[in-house]
Amino acid sequence: MVLELGQYIPGKSGIHHLDPRAKLLGLFLYGVALLAAPTGASAFLVGSAAVPAIILAGLPLSFIWRQLRPLVIFLAIIFIFQVALTPGEVMATIGPLQLTRQGLNYGLLALARVFFLVLAASLLMATTDPLALADGLERLLRPGQRVGLPAEELALMLTLALRFVPTLLEEAERIMRAQVARGASFRGLQVKNLMPLVIPLFISAFRRAEGLAEAMEARAYRGGEGRTRMRQLSFQAADFLFLLLAGALAAGTAYYRLRFGG
Amino acid sequence: MIEVQGVTFVYPGANLPALAGVSLTIKPGEFVAITGPNGSGKSTLARLLNGLLRPRAGRVLVDGLDSRDEQSLVEIRRRVGMVFQDPDNQLVAATVADDVAFGLENLGLPPAVIRERVAAALAAVGLSGLETRPPHRLSGGQKQRLALAGVLAMAPRYLVLDEATAMLDPVAREEVFRQVLDLRQAKGLAVILITHYMEEAVLADRMLVLQAGRLVLSGPPAEVMLQEDKLATAGLKLPDIMALGKILRQAGLKIPANCITVEELARALWKLVSRK
Ligand SMILES: Nc1ncnc2c1ncn2[C@@H]1O[C@H](COP(=O)(O)OP(=O)(O)OP(=O)(O)O)[C@@H](O)[C@H]1O
Ligand SMILES: [Mg+2]
Repeated sequence: MVLELGQYIPGKSGIHHLDPRAKLLGLFLYGVALLAAPTGASAFLVGSAAVPAIILAGLPLSFIWRQLRPLVIFLAIIFIFQVALTPGEVMATIGPLQLTRQGLNYGLLALARVFFLVLAASLLMATTDPLALADGLERLLRPGQRVGLPAEELALMLTLALRFVPTLLEEAERIMRAQVARGASFRGLQVKNLMPLVIPLFISAFRRAEGLAEAMEARAYRGGEGRTRMRQLSFQAADFLFLLLAGALAAGTAYYRLRFGG
Repeated sequence: MIEVQGVTFVYPGANLPALAGVSLTIKPGEFVAITGPNGSGKSTLARLLNGLLRPRAGRVLVDGLDSRDEQSLVEIRRRVGMVFQDPDNQLVAATVADDVAFGLENLGLPPAVIRERVAAALAAVGLSGLETRPPHRLSGGQKQRLALAGVLAMAPRYLVLDEATAMLDPVAREEVFRQVLDLRQAKGLAVILITHYMEEAVLADRMLVLQAGRLVLSGPPAEVMLQEDKLATAGLKLPDIMALGKILRQAGLKIPANCITVEELARALWKLVSRK
């Protein structure tokens, strides 16, 4: 199921309670650290910093596995390509392919970057209410409003999407049943077969958007200006500590790279 | 008071006006039902009442605020709350509480006030305890009550319901309708009910009938219902109870013409029987 990716699992852990802005910035710093790591081994070391957070969040292993399972083949392909196609000091030969020390390093590096970034992103999504996430994103982007970035509107779009995805899914199901009753077949993933679903779905989505715009206007919506928010965010000591740790990880890795090269 | 003065409205690209020379007033606390066949201009009138549409000619005043005045629009929309037909298109947030908060956030109220009003509005429509539920996991009736709460939270003086119960099953329809009447009692709201259900319309203080963009009938339901020719040309049928009363009258029974509910008809019949 596509929906499992990025699923929110309500909980009361310390990680759940962190400010969404702290978590977003933390993810960013973690990404910086992963990119700064010069070798495969160091990338794994940096990446493993997410493990205590996962344990703290109390997420079951099966959940982690379900998040990462769709990635396995992708990761394997990245790894094999890097290993097989990087020239350098030959360690072993398998048929026409040469396994090099550099290739192994790059392979592990690419593997670690993708794997841990996805892991940390799903940790963020699993422990943060999507609405809080949209709010956090908006506040982080708010300084950009001065240069014309529509932060309020982006956040509203995000929450509207959250609101309407389930409704549209329900609708897709209803349309599909109706079309099957009329003799359509949705077997096979050819575009031609999907038309009887996609076209009515689009029409209904546009009709909904129109109604929605009207309903929003009727409730005195007039753009982000002058709007207040019910949900308040506040930075606590734990948020500062969390950011400090993430910052130290990024700075430390960057220093290591500059000092010992990559 | 809402004053609609000689209002004409033409949709862009349309040849005929959707509304032509309509005048009416709605007093605070009044219960007005508006009916008429499909395309007669009911929804257009509703959209003119809260400034979603502005009149081509004539004007609409809400407590003295003119809807053509941009500055007044927010206040007009706060005063004239509107619930639409399709429950799925008017809920904007991913949780029940956030949805009720939406209008209050637009008004720029402080967060503490918003939280207070959200709780009060949800309690008023009996949805307390569902604050964190996503709207798509509510029943149709609950969705419309949530839409009602979103409007109520803004402390309106007038409530416009544009066929707000048309997509509900009979039980939910009754439930939402009762809720609206209770709220009117409790808060002294004026209710402007747009409906195809004559059974609901006859309960109003006043009934307006639109036909092809014109106001063709207006008055207390019992009187409007007597204008059978006009009703028939407007494509409207008497509610079953009144039709039954009429047949009984024609058969020679002395049933008064103003029996519009089951209870009133039953009482009239009981009187006839017990007199024997
Ligand atoms: N957005 C629009 N653009 C152009 N014409 C419109 C638009 N909306 C409504 N109309 C036309 O205006 C007239 C009045 O429509 P309106 O929706 O007010 O009728 P209604 O009484 O609410 O009908 P119904 O009972 O079907 O809801 C109709 O002839 C309709 O076709
Ligand atoms: Mg209509």
